[in-house]
Order: sequence, then structure tokens, then C-alpha cells
Amino acid sequence: MSIRYGLLALLAEAPRYGNQLRSEFERRTAATWPLNVGQVYTTMARLERDGLVESAGADDEGHALYRLTEAGRADLEAWWRTPVKREQRPRDELAIKLALAVTAPGVDVRSLVQTQRSDSMRALQEYTRLKVRHPDSDLAWQLVLEGLIFQAEAEIRWLDHCEGRLAREQEGGHREGGLSASQMGRREGGLSASQMGRREAAGMPSASKSRPVRT
Amino acid sequence: MKSRELVLVLEQVSRSHGHGATAVHALRDVSLSVCAGELVAVMGPSGSGKSTLLNLAGGLDRPSSGSVRVGGIELSTLSRRDVAAIRRRTAGYVFQDFNLIPALTAVENVSLPLELDGVGVRRARTAAMQALAEVDVAELADRFPDDMSGGQQQRVAIARALVGERRLLLADEPTGALDSETGESVLRLLRSRCDAGAAGVLVTHEARHASWADRVVFLRDGVMIDQTGPIDVPESLLENGSAR
Repeated sequence: MSIRYGLLALLAEAPRYGNQLRSEFERRTAATWPLNVGQVYTTMARLERDGLVESAGADDEGHALYRLTEAGRADLEAWWRTPVKREQRPRDELAIKLALAVTAPGVDVRSLVQTQRSDSMRALQEYTRLKVRHPDSDLAWQLVLEGLIFQAEAEIRWLDHCEGRLAREQEGGHREGGLSASQMGRREGGLSASQMGRREAAGMPSASKSRPVRT
Repeated sequence: MKSRELVLVLEQVSRSHGHGATAVHALRDVSLSVCAGELVAVMGPSGSGKSTLLNLAGGLDRPSSGSVRVGGIELSTLSRRDVAAIRRRTAGYVFQDFNLIPALTAVENVSLPLELDGVGVRRARTAAMQALAEVDVAELADRFPDDMSGGQQQRVAIARALVGERRLLLADEPTGALDSETGESVLRLLRSRCDAGAAGVLVTHEARHASWADRVVFLRDGVMIDQTGPIDVPESLLENGSAR
């Protein structure tokens, strides 16, 4: 997965020590993916076991210097050529939550949608402000930040779409799945969207959590 | 924010068309304040009341109930003529399709609202040139709209909206006719004009564009259902990042 290939990519440029790999990885990805040095060493141990990296000596304190093997280079080349499959990404908690909410009795889905949309909009505002504040930052950082902006925008568009669908279902007064429209729109003493907690509360990756850090 | 001076205040504003059972409520009990230096985005699907809100704010329409104040002046008690005068002096519109007059050059388009308001030609032209310079298109002053790109026309339209003493910028889908990069440069400009002291209301259905605003207001069926300000990014976070 990506940490593994991210580290291989960094080693393809030059041999590096573990803490160099960590700081370089974070710098290149606008710190949207913070690593601790322990994760780096665990990953390196596995890569070494698989013959993709090897030790190229150590510094005075005994920290290993890693370099890429030929097998590692071939593996990395294959990664560059292969598209990232959508199903390989982490499960989308929001989609699951919405799917459950439309069939769960007593959940105010429209309120859930709005709570989510406001949250994503705040994240989007935050990204835009970062972008405005740092017009001269390096290209890699800007591209990652713009990636987050487009992702948040896509989520909001999808939520708009969901809301439109819900409103149409409500107007129609019935729904193919058998759930009455009033059940979807009305809060009936059940869980409200805010009670269900935002994605952050569940410790899931969310737009606002992966806050980019300027480098 | 540099100033907390309130430029636009809507208080419990409702607008309905028709009466009784057949009345259509375009806007219901909406309250919104916009300060100098602030950009507020209004988002909502079509029919949610976005344009009604903008028209009330600009004095193009009157509320059925509630109060609309622009620059401290209550619009609902004024005559139509007085409202038109206030509008010319305080508020400017920016539209999706630019709405420049094709037979006039850029500087003539921008000076027109001042001239209509009785300002002398020379003074109006000086103010128009300054407004064009503020949106970085001074060199286009003598061009006609047809000889400008969409992005350039929208810059001229923004100059027209803010020429002279006008402080309230009302923008209705200003990027709708532009490609995404040009659209973004127009938003960057709206943002910078607000940072320079204008109060802006931006109607849009694009989240990416709304995110340039200080606040985003959500309208549904004429009701304001939510609004968001940005989360403050702690400076320490930025500094930590650069220290790494």
C-alpha cells in the first residue's frame, strides 16, 4: 500500500535513514499523512524481508541507511504504472452511514446531510484559506491541497444530490424500498445527526482531519 | 477583520408572492448581516430563495415583512426613487453574463453608474479608471466588451460594481460562464476587494467557490437552515509544518 510505495519512491532517489524517510514523506504529502518513525522502521523491516530494500551501512548511532534493490525498483515501477483502484481505498463511512440512515427508523436524514455538508464546507473553507495564504508554496504541496479541495467539493455535491433525491422521495409520498417519506424527513425522537457524531468522533479519516501543513 | 462596520443588515425578512392559501413564500424570516471586509456566500438549490435574497439586499425588490438596511439606511420605508438612488450609490451587481453594455468601452461602462447619478463626466472617468486599476485591467479601459475575454469582462463588471463610494458587492453566480481557472481568478479578485473593505454577498451553487467566503449561508425553501464560518487554522500548525 501507499506508505510502502511512498518509501520505495523516496529510496529510488537516494539512500536514506529512517527519520529522513519520515520527514521527507510528510513534506512531500503536505503532512496529510503523518507517520511516526516506528511505522517507518516496521515497513522497512518488511521491505527488507521481501528483498525490496537492503542496508547500505549505518551512522555512528547505529541507524540503518536503506537503499533500493533491483527487485524494489521493479516493484516501484509497476506501482507507478498501475492505477489506484477505488475499492482499495478505505471504506467510506459516510456512504455507509447514509445508507443505514435512510432505512433506520427515526433518523433525521436531511439534518444528517446538512450537518455533514456544513462540516465539509468548513474544511473546504479552511483549505481555500491555506491556498490563498501560501500562493508561492511548492507544487507538490499545492497539488495535494487541491486534491483535498476537489474531494471535499465532490462530497458536498454528492450530499446536495442525496438531499435532492430525499426531497423528491418525500414529495412523491412513497419510496420503492418501502420506507415512508415521513420517516426519512422527520425527527421522531430517535437519533439526530449531531447525536450520531461526526466522522471525526469515530476516528475515521475525514476531509477536515487530514489537515495539510505547510512545508 | 479590519472593520466591523455593518454594510448590509437583513432582519427577519420575508418575501411572499400572492395571498392566503396560494401564497408562495420565497423567503421566510431570514436575518443576515454583512460587515465591511466580509464576503458571505449564499448556497442553495434553485428555488431556495438565493436570488430573492440578493434582490432584496440590492433594493431591487421589497420585503413583505422585515427590515433591510444598507449602509444604515432602512430601504423599506423609502420611495422607489430614493431606493434607486441609494442603490446606485451603495450597491453594485455582478452577474453570470457580465451585463456590460456592448456599445460602450470598459471605462465608459464603469463610469456610467456615476454619470447616471449626476457625477460630472471627468470625475466619473477618473473614478472609473481608478476602479479598473484596482481590478488590474487599467490597460483595457478603451476596449469594447466584445474585444475582451470572459474573465476580463467580469473584472470590468466588478470594477463597475464597486466604482466610486459603492461598498456593497452583490454577485449572482459570477463564475458561471467562466472556465474553472478564470473563475478562480475572479473569486480571488472578489476576495481581495472584500479584504480591501467592500462587503460582498456571493450567490453560488459551487462549493469550491463558496469556500472563498468568510461565511457560507445555506438556504432551503426560503429558510436559512445553517451557516458556517471557517475553522481557524492554528498558526502553530503552520509553523510546525515549516519547521519540519
